[in-house]
This record gives sequence, C-alpha cells and structure tokens, in this order.
Amino acid sequence: MGMAAAEWQFHVLAVDDSLFDRKLIERLLQKSSCQVTTVDSGYKALEFLSLRQGVESNNDTTVLSTSPQEVDLIITDYCMPGMTGYDLLKKLKESSAFKHIPVVIMSSENVPARISRCLEEGAEEFFLKPVRLANLNKLKPLMMKTKLKNQKLEEIEKLSKDANGTIEVEPEIKDSAEMGIKILPLQSEAEPKQVHLQVVQQEEQTLSNNKRKSMEEGLSADRPRPRLEGIATAV
Amino acid sequence: MLGLGVDRLQADINRLLTSLFHQGVLDEQFLQLQQLQDDTSPTFVYDVINIYFDESEKLLRNLRLLLMDREFSDYKKIGLHLNQLVGSSSSIGARRVRNVCVAFRSASELNNRPGCLRGLEVVEHEYHYLKNMMHELFQVLIHVISYTHNSLYNYLIDPT
Repeated sequence: MGMAAAEWQFHVLAVDDSLFDRKLIERLLQKSSCQVTTVDSGYKALEFLSLRQGVESNNDTTVLSTSPQEVDLIITDYCMPGMTGYDLLKKLKESSAFKHIPVVIMSSENVPARISRCLEEGAEEFFLKPVRLANLNKLKPLMMKTKLKNQKLEEIEKLSKDANGTIEVEPEIKDSAEMGIKILPLQSEAEPKQVHLQVVQQEEQTLSNNKRKSMEEGLSADRPRPRLEGIATAV
Repeated sequence: MLGLGVDRLQADINRLLTSLFHQGVLDEQFLQLQQLQDDTSPTFVYDVINIYFDESEKLLRNLRLLLMDREFSDYKKIGLHLNQLVGSSSSIGARRVRNVCVAFRSASELNNRPGCLRGLEVVEHEYHYLKNMMHELFQVLIHVISYTHNSLYNYLIDPT
C-alpha cells in the first residue's frame, strides 16, 4: 500500500488509576499488536499528548505536526479520582488538537445513562470491564480508518495553504463499512455514528444493553449534522 | 522418566483448578488471563495475580480502618473502595470475592453500618480463601518447575 511497516503499528494511550487495570489493558493491547503507553490520570494523559503531538499553545490556530509516533487511540477508565474518563473525553473533544483521536471508555459498571452520555460526547465505544481481546479487535478497523483519514486531511491542509479557494477532493480511500470518508475538518459528528453494542457475557446485562440500544437509536435521529463550507463532501 | 512425577503434579493442578471453578471461586475470566500470557510476557498471570493481592489487601485494610472508626460516616468512600475491588475481582476471575463485594456495597449504599461490618467480614473471608488457594496452586507449579528442571538437568548430565 506504499506505507512503511512501522506506520501500521497503532499507538494506544491507556488511562487508568488502578495499577492492576493498567497492567491488564497494557497486556491486552500488546497482545493485539499495539504499542502502548499507560498513564494513571487524565492530567497525565493530556500532558503526554501535548508533548507527543507538538501542539502550539493557542487553541485557535493549532498546528499538528506529523510526529511519527502519534497516538491513534485513547482508551480510558470512566471512574477515576479528579478527572473522570468523561471529563477527559470532554476536554479532548473540545480541543482542536486532539478531537480527531478516537476515544474509548471502559467501566466496570453497566449504567445505560453513563454509556449514552459518553457516546453522545463523542466516545467511539464503551467497553464493560473485564475487557477482552475480542473487544480490542474491534478497534483495529477504527484506528486504521482514522489514521488514513488524518493522513489524507493533512495532505489537504497542506494543499489548501497554497491554494486559496475551495477545493474539491475525491478521496481515494473508501470505507467499506460506511458511505465513504467525508472530507470535513475533523468533526466526528458529521458521520452517522455506528454504535457497536458490547458483547456482554452475562445474561443479566443483555436487558440493559437492549435498552441502551433503543436509547441510542432514538438519539441518533436527533443528533445535529453540522455542514461545513469551503470543502465539498464526497460520498 | 520425566513423565510420571510431572503428570502427577499436573493432575494436582487440574484437580485444584477444577475444584475452584466448581465452587464458583474462579470463573472463565481467569482462563482469559492465561490467553494473555506468552513468550513475550511469560510471567503475566503470576504478576497480575500478585498485583491483585497487593491492591486488594490495601483496600481491605482501608475498609477496616474506616469502619472501625467510631465516628465513621463516609459511606461514599467505602463505595469507591468497593468499586475498585469489584472491578479488579471481576477482571481476575475471582467470582465469589466479586459477589460478596457487591453485597457489601449494597449495605454501604444504605448507610447500614452493621451490614457493612458483616459485609467486610465476609469479603475478608472469601478473599483469604482465594489467596490460600492461589498459594497452593503456586506451590504445585513451583514443584513442577523445579522437578522439570531437575530432571532435565540430570538427563543432560547423564542421558542413559
């Protein structure tokens, strides 16, 4: 595909205040052939990201440097002292520098309201602990898609800096699962969200999951789809 | 020559594990942990079990200190500790410990102090039972390793 082998290895940032859970998620991710960095708080996560991505401090005009070891996914525990996983998620989605990074939330509690709140805020997935290898296998296509999308977007950004008007771009990469990559400035809300229900082992949780699914279906109809000018969308 | 001793030890391990599964002390999540162990992380299960024991002991100690305090009223804190215990116990496959923690947590949500004290005792009991079982398992495993190594060593010294 014209990419060096090293670029295919995904780098995941795992956030959890429990040493035990960090050890577990680290091993799970390594077993899934990911490069892993673990931190024990949301603050440390943000710190790590700022150092990694080479971000300029001004939020309005943030320049993303193409660091060879970008973070391709952030997986965080929900219940953490100080900054919860939800707080971290919010901060990430509010930041122009980091909002393109997919975020996954983990929790040992099955609370439907919590789950929908996280998904609404932009989390890609919500995993119930204990997390298993099968859960992580789902993330690969997601990280792949995001990585390719971001690379494409970076190219376009470079182009748009030279040219000065609108640019119509036909993306070469098509996502088989959805309609196609829409060229929009890193706004995850623009694509219809495919919500994957977590495969839950215990029977007692199936009921609340069904409830969550119907809640989710109700929500997606209401979610606004922002339109952005200047760049044509290709479907 | 290598066969018999190791087979017997292997049988001991199987018997012990089967018993633990049968009693509901462990569940299939424990087996999931085995899947994560490989050549790149050969002591993963052992390491993670030890972390679990260290962390759990701290949490149990804190819970006891909190509840023993005559002026205790911080049920929320109890809940937070228990969330940790429930989570890690689920993740390691310690089904019975997890279940009694959930029961304990219900008592804390009702601000029921005697219920909490009882809950704590039950958790401590289950926890120590699990720990002793794991200890026994490790002992057998250590025997397997030293036995295997010894035999291998002897075999290499004198192949006849």
